Amino acid sequence: MKEFDTELGISVTGCNLWYGELQALKNIDMEIAEREITAFIGPSGCGKSTFLKTLNRMNDLVENCRIEGRFIIGGVDIYAKDTDVNLLRKNVGMVFQKPNPFPMSVYDNIAFAPRTFGIKKRSELDEIVEKSLRRASIWDDLKDRLKKSALGLSGGQQQRLCIARALAAEPKILLMDEPTSALDPISTGKIEDLMSELKTELTIVIVTHNMQQATRIADKTAFFYLGELIEYAETETLFTTPKDRRTENYITGRFG
Amino acid sequence: MTMTKRSIYSFISARDKVMKAIFAFAALFSVLALITITVFLFAGGLPFIFSHGDTFWGVVWDVHSELYGIMSMAVATLFVTALSVIMGVTVGLFTAICLYKFCPKKAVAPISHLINLLAGIPSVIYGLFGMVVIVPFIRDYVSPNGVGYGILSASIVLAVMILPTVVSVSLDAMRAVPKNYFEGALALGATKEQATFKVLIPSAKSGIFAGAVLATGRALGETMAVIMVIGNSPEMPNSLFQSVRTLTANIALGATEMTGDAATALIACGVVLFVFTLIINLTFALVGKNGKDKKGAVREKSNKSKNK
Amino acid sequence: MKNQTKAKINKGFYSSLKISSYICCGIALTALVGVILFVMIRGTGHISLQLLFGDPKDGDTILPAFLGTLRLVAVSILLAVPLGIFTAVFLVEYMRGKGKLVRLIRLTVETLAAIPSIVYGLFGYLVFVVALSWGYSMWGGGITLAVMILPTIVRSTEESLLSVPDSYREGALALGASKVRTIFKVTLPSASSGIVTSVVLAVGRVVSESAVLILTVGMVVNKIPAALTEPGTSLALDIYYFANFGKPDEAAATAVVLLLFVLALNLLAALCGKLIRKKYGDNA
Repeated sequence: MKEFDTELGISVTGCNLWYGELQALKNIDMEIAEREITAFIGPSGCGKSTFLKTLNRMNDLVENCRIEGRFIIGGVDIYAKDTDVNLLRKNVGMVFQKPNPFPMSVYDNIAFAPRTFGIKKRSELDEIVEKSLRRASIWDDLKDRLKKSALGLSGGQQQRLCIARALAAEPKILLMDEPTSALDPISTGKIEDLMSELKTELTIVIVTHNMQQATRIADKTAFFYLGELIEYAETETLFTTPKDRRTENYITGRFG
Repeated sequence: MTMTKRSIYSFISARDKVMKAIFAFAALFSVLALITITVFLFAGGLPFIFSHGDTFWGVVWDVHSELYGIMSMAVATLFVTALSVIMGVTVGLFTAICLYKFCPKKAVAPISHLINLLAGIPSVIYGLFGMVVIVPFIRDYVSPNGVGYGILSASIVLAVMILPTVVSVSLDAMRAVPKNYFEGALALGATKEQATFKVLIPSAKSGIFAGAVLATGRALGETMAVIMVIGNSPEMPNSLFQSVRTLTANIALGATEMTGDAATALIACGVVLFVFTLIINLTFALVGKNGKDKKGAVREKSNKSKNK
Repeated sequence: MKNQTKAKINKGFYSSLKISSYICCGIALTALVGVILFVMIRGTGHISLQLLFGDPKDGDTILPAFLGTLRLVAVSILLAVPLGIFTAVFLVEYMRGKGKLVRLIRLTVETLAAIPSIVYGLFGYLVFVVALSWGYSMWGGGITLAVMILPTIVRSTEESLLSVPDSYREGALALGASKVRTIFKVTLPSASSGIVTSVVLAVGRVVSESAVLILTVGMVVNKIPAALTEPGTSLALDIYYFANFGKPDEAAATAVVLLLFVLALNLLAALCGKLIRKKYGDNA
C-alpha cells in the first residue's frame, strides 16, 4: 500500500452507511483541507459522529455496519483491500467524547502507541513521552506523576492525557468526537487553545454540540442533518449567511 | 523507513490470525473435553446397563456372586442428599436471614468473610471431623443400635459442608432485593420480622432456590467426606442409623481394585451419577432463567415508577 | 377484639421465626467454627519435624504429599490457566459473547462445572490409567484436575473481561494497536484482578481435591515420586489415608497444614487483588 502523504487532505465521495436496515449516512461528498480545523455540527443522531468514525474505520467495530463510497486520506484509499487498518489509525488519531485513559501509569499510557510501533529503547520513549505531553500542554502538570495511575487524574487532565497519547503516535490527522462535552468550562478553554496550536502541524476534525465552540476554533464548519451533509463552508460564512433553511433554523436555535 | 513499517505490519496481521486460531482452539478444547468424558463414560457404561438390565436395576451389589445392582445405592444417594439439603438449607437460610436483618451490623462483615473462607475448606477435613467427632457422638448418645457410621452422620457432615454455600448465595439473593420493598412493608405497618419473612424472603426466593440447587449438586457429588462416615455397606436404607453406600463412594472404593465386569459396573454407576447431575444442572439453568426474568420485570417496574 | 388477638398471634409467630433464625445462626457458626477448632486443637500438638520433613523410612511423613500437592498444582494450573483464559478471550473478544458457537461452549463449560469430581476421577482412570496404560501417575492426576478447574477459570475470566469498558478497547484500537495487542496489553491487564482471584481459587480446589486423585495418582504415601510419570499422593489424600488407617492424630495434624495452606492462598488472593488494583487504578 501507499504511504500517507502529509500534504494531502481528506476526500470523501459518495459515502453511504447503513446500520442493519437503517441508513445513517446519505450520499456525503466532502473535501477536508489539511492543517485546518473542521467542525461538524448538527442535532443528535444526525450522523456527524458516525461520519467522523468512518475516517479511521472505527465503524468496522460496529456489527451490521455497511459502508459505501470512496475515502481518500493522504492519497490512500482507506477502504481498499490492501489497506492496513492499524497503520491507518496510527496516521488518523482519535480522541473520544469521554476521556478513556487506560488503567496504567501516565507514562505507559503515552508510550502505548510508540511501543506498538516497535520502539523499545527507554531513552527514545522518555523523549516521546515528554514531547507528547508538552504538545498537549500538560507536561508541567504531570511531569512529577508519570508513574502514577492515569485514572487518578481530573477529567480535564485525563482528556489532555488522551490527546497526548494520540499525539505520541505521530498522526497526521486528529479526529475529535465531542472532546469537551464531559468537561468544565476551564478545561474546555484549555483544550480549545491546544487545538489552535496543534493545527499548525495537524489536520483536526472535531464533532461538537456546541456552536460557540465551532465559531471559536473552526476554520470550516459542516452542518449535518438526518444523515445528510446540508451545508459546508467557511465557519464565518456558515454562521452569518447560511444558504439552507435547515442550517439557519439550527444555528438560530429553532431545533436541535 | 516506510519499508520497515510495512514489514512489521504484515508480520503483525499474520500473528493476529495465528492468535485467533489459538484462541478458537482453546475454546473448542473445553467442548472436546466434555465430549471425551461423555464418550468414555457412555461407551463404557451404557452397553453394560443394557446387557445386565435385570440385575443392574436390582438392589443387590455383591461382587463375589457377580451381582451388580445399584438400586440400593441410588436410593441411599438420594436419601442422604435430601436429608443433608433439608438440614443445610434450613439452617443456612435462617443464618443468612439473621445475618442480613437481625444481627448487629458490626458482626456481619467478619462473619460473612469467615463463612466465605469456610467454603474453601477441603471436604476431606469435614470427613475427618465427622469421623472423629460426629460418628462417636451418634454411636454413644443417639443411635439405638450402637452404630455411629451411617446415614445420619453422613447427612450431618454434608449439611455442615454445604452451609457456607447456602449462606453466601442466600445473602447475595437478599441483597439483590430492592431496599424499597422492605421499607414499603414497614411503612404499611408491618413489623421488621413480618417485613422480612413476608416480603424480603419471597422476593429473594428464586436466588435462594438457586443456592439450594447448587448445594444439592455439591452434596450429591461429594465422595470423600461421605466415604469416611457412612459405613459403606451396599444395603437398602431403612433406618437413619444404618450403614449404607452412595454411588460416589461405590466408585471410589471399587475402581482401584476391580477388573472386568465389576469395573465396567462402576463406569455404569458413573453414568447414573452423571445423569443425576445433568438433571440438577438443568433445573438450575431453568431456575436461573426464571429468576432473571422476574428480576428484569421488577427492575422495569421500579424504573417506571421512578419516571412517574 | 378478634382482630387484635389475631394480630398478636401473628406477631408471636414472626417473633418465633426471628428467634429460630438466631438459633440457626448459632448452630451454623458453632458447627463451622467447631470444625476449624477441632482440627486445630487435635492436630497442632501432633505436628512434628518427622511428620513434616522426615524420611519416609523412619515413619509417617507428609513430605511426599506436600511435594505431590505442589506438583499437581503446577501441572494443572499450567495447563488450565492458559486454556481457560484463551477460551474466555475467544468468547468475549472474538465472538462478542453471542451466537450459537458461544452458547454451545458456554453450555459445555456449565456442564463441566457441574460434574462431580468422582466422575472426573473415573474419567481420568479410564483414559490415563487404563486406555493410555500410564498406570497411576502425577501427570494423569494433574491433567484430570486441569479439566476439572477449567470451567471455574473460563467463567470468571469471562466475567472479568465483560466488565472491562469498551472505551479501553476502542482507545487502543484507535491508536493503531492490533486486536491481539489490544487484548494482551489493555484488555487482559484491565481484567487481571478478577483473573488472578479465579486462579487462586482454582489452586484452592486442586489442593482440596482428593476423590479425583484416589483414582488417578494412586495413594503412595511413603515415597517421594522421582518423576511426574510415577504415582504419588497429596496432602488431602494423606488425611484420608491417615484417618482410614487408624491414625486420626496424624490426619488432624495434616489437616492443620492443609488448612494453613488454604488460608495462605486466600490471603494471597486478597493481596494480589489489592496490589493489582493499586497498580491499575481504582476500577480495574
